Amino acid sequence: MTPFSHHEGLVAPMDRANVDTDLIIPKQFLKSIKRTGFGPNLFDDLRYLDEGQPGADCSGRPLNPDFPLNFPRYQGATILLARENFGCGSSREHAPWALADYGFRVIIAPSFADIFYNNCFKNGVLPLVLTAEQVDTLFASVYAHEGFTLEVDLRSQRVMTPAGDVFSFEVDAFRKQRMLEGLDDIGMTLKSADTIRRFEAQWRQRSPWLFGSLDTAAER
Amino acid sequence: MAAMTLYDKLWNHHLVEQWDNGSALIYIDRHLLHEVTSPQAFEGLRLAGRKPWRLGANLAVPDHNVPTGADERRGGVAGILDPISRLQVQTLDDNCRAFDIVEIPINDVRQGIVHVIGPETGATLPGMTLVCGDSHTSTHGAFAALAHGIGTSEVEHVLATQCLVQQKMKNLQVRVSGRLQPGVSAKDLALAIIGRIGTAGGTGYAIEFAGEAVRALSMEGRMTLCNMSIEAGARVGVIAVDEITIDYVRNRPFAPRGAMWEAAVAAWRDLHSDEGAKFDRVVELDGAAIEPQVTWGTSPEMVTSVHGHVPDPAGMDSPSRAAAVQRALDYMGLRPGMPITDIRPDRVFIGSCTNSRIEDLREAAAVVRGRRKADSVRQVLVVPGSGQVKRQAEAEGLDRIFLAAGMEWREPGCSMCLAMNADRLGAGEHCASTSNRNFEGRQGSGGRTHLVSPAMAAAAAVTGHFTDVRQLVEVAA
Repeated sequence: MTPFSHHEGLVAPMDRANVDTDLIIPKQFLKSIKRTGFGPNLFDDLRYLDEGQPGADCSGRPLNPDFPLNFPRYQGATILLARENFGCGSSREHAPWALADYGFRVIIAPSFADIFYNNCFKNGVLPLVLTAEQVDTLFASVYAHEGFTLEVDLRSQRVMTPAGDVFSFEVDAFRKQRMLEGLDDIGMTLKSADTIRRFEAQWRQRSPWLFGSLDTAAER
Repeated sequence: MAAMTLYDKLWNHHLVEQWDNGSALIYIDRHLLHEVTSPQAFEGLRLAGRKPWRLGANLAVPDHNVPTGADERRGGVAGILDPISRLQVQTLDDNCRAFDIVEIPINDVRQGIVHVIGPETGATLPGMTLVCGDSHTSTHGAFAALAHGIGTSEVEHVLATQCLVQQKMKNLQVRVSGRLQPGVSAKDLALAIIGRIGTAGGTGYAIEFAGEAVRALSMEGRMTLCNMSIEAGARVGVIAVDEITIDYVRNRPFAPRGAMWEAAVAAWRDLHSDEGAKFDRVVELDGAAIEPQVTWGTSPEMVTSVHGHVPDPAGMDSPSRAAAVQRALDYMGLRPGMPITDIRPDRVFIGSCTNSRIEDLREAAAVVRGRRKADSVRQVLVVPGSGQVKRQAEAEGLDRIFLAAGMEWREPGCSMCLAMNADRLGAGEHCASTSNRNFEGRQGSGGRTHLVSPAMAAAAAVTGHFTDVRQLVEVAA
């Protein structure tokens, strides 16, 4: 995973509450067996005027002129400013894959859905919670100033505006450390392999019915 | 020892290691896999040269992409017409073979929606931790299992380590007093709860559903309720073990037998919250006051009684709420203030991991019996949750009731819940759906979903508009 410690970038607005992962990446693109290439289909239903097909080239598709990510002023944005309960619904990790593939490194919102929040950290995308008032302020700035950027520092857990305003944010220590170092989760857990094996042996003794075989011949 | 909630007990039983930074390593007993969220996880294992930690913990089944038409289905994986879907299902087969994971293949009679076949085969047992790369994994909490959806990185993590890194959730008890009225089902209860606490109301919590109305539910009803915990924002929904749980699990193919069964049942009897256990939050509802529910908007919290009206954004205090409602009404093509009973579905979908079990099909068939699909309704799809459900329904003659009414009886799969196969809505079409999400485009680009119970979907199918099913059942009686 790409490490994340400090990021400065252009901010784009996604000004609606309860943005679900179906909206972030519609189901037809979930048929891919790859982890990459979802960026052109990020927010597909909102971004284009026609219906997107998996595997199709998006470069010639008609863009929705009313969708902010299509505005010239937000091209190259790497920070997405959003509203409450961002990422609700399906657990599809294709949502953070699509956001990352598009180029977003930070999503700022007053709240996130649990599974999406967790999935972001696995993909070098920082989901950052500010208060509803702070988010309101940032929306006002994004609309008022073309080219509005933010600076995000994970180490000090601070967001800085060009005008010098500073907002602190919370993030749990484990996720922060992993993100800063870009660590492989599985490798870290496997450092505890002996502990896992000991636990498993005890648990099997206590609850042997959880360790039965599922291997029966297929029935037609 | 301090009084513990059911969630606390399940957490403690599976705690491998507690870390100083607030995270913990939790052991996973059962891992269910399907074709959509697993290919990248297997690829990750392959690239890192890793193998599954404990093969026997895993069970795979294709469900999201599989066609439900009998003709297309007959050809198995090779017969899937959409080449991209076919490749994804084929990839699951290939990965399971390569990694030696047990898979129930596409045309096995046990195939079905992953959240239907887990409980049905006994692969889901009380007291276990169970995960799957699908948010509706909360379904299995009906068995007092700690069950939740995970992303693909975590699918790979569970395969490789049999553990997950987790932060403990808070405890929320939803206590439903009284009894649901006849004609009011677990689905109506789930929607009423979401209407009350909102789609983010359970974020960060594990919900325990309790109270007389919950205790009175069958296992099918409890699964429906826990299934939709995620629509209230909670990854986990649990219900304590009782005789109904134990009776359901007894003699399932993968359930323990003999002395091991007795030992298991003895352990399972402790799977309830202790007297005096402390919840971080409690929400109380009167079950007897709940009426059949219908969603009118693009979020499950946009719901009201069948006797209610579409809200009017003009009368709302909060400008952001008014804007959200207006956007939903524009998308749904509904007028502010119109009665719910004036909404006329173009299609009806009875199925999904929320409502495709035998009891759901019985409830729908009881309404359809002796009636016909309304002419204004273009299509009614009835999609059983598994091959076993289909077989049971056919033994009871339910298929003939649906077919005689001009409805379609399909092969099992996720189908029009998320429209990854050919079953989908056209732009602008309204659907009375027993699924779980009414998000924009969920059932097909531009499709308009109204979430309802199986009986209410059947009532809409035969009358051509949303109708309080209790009126139909009285007429029939």
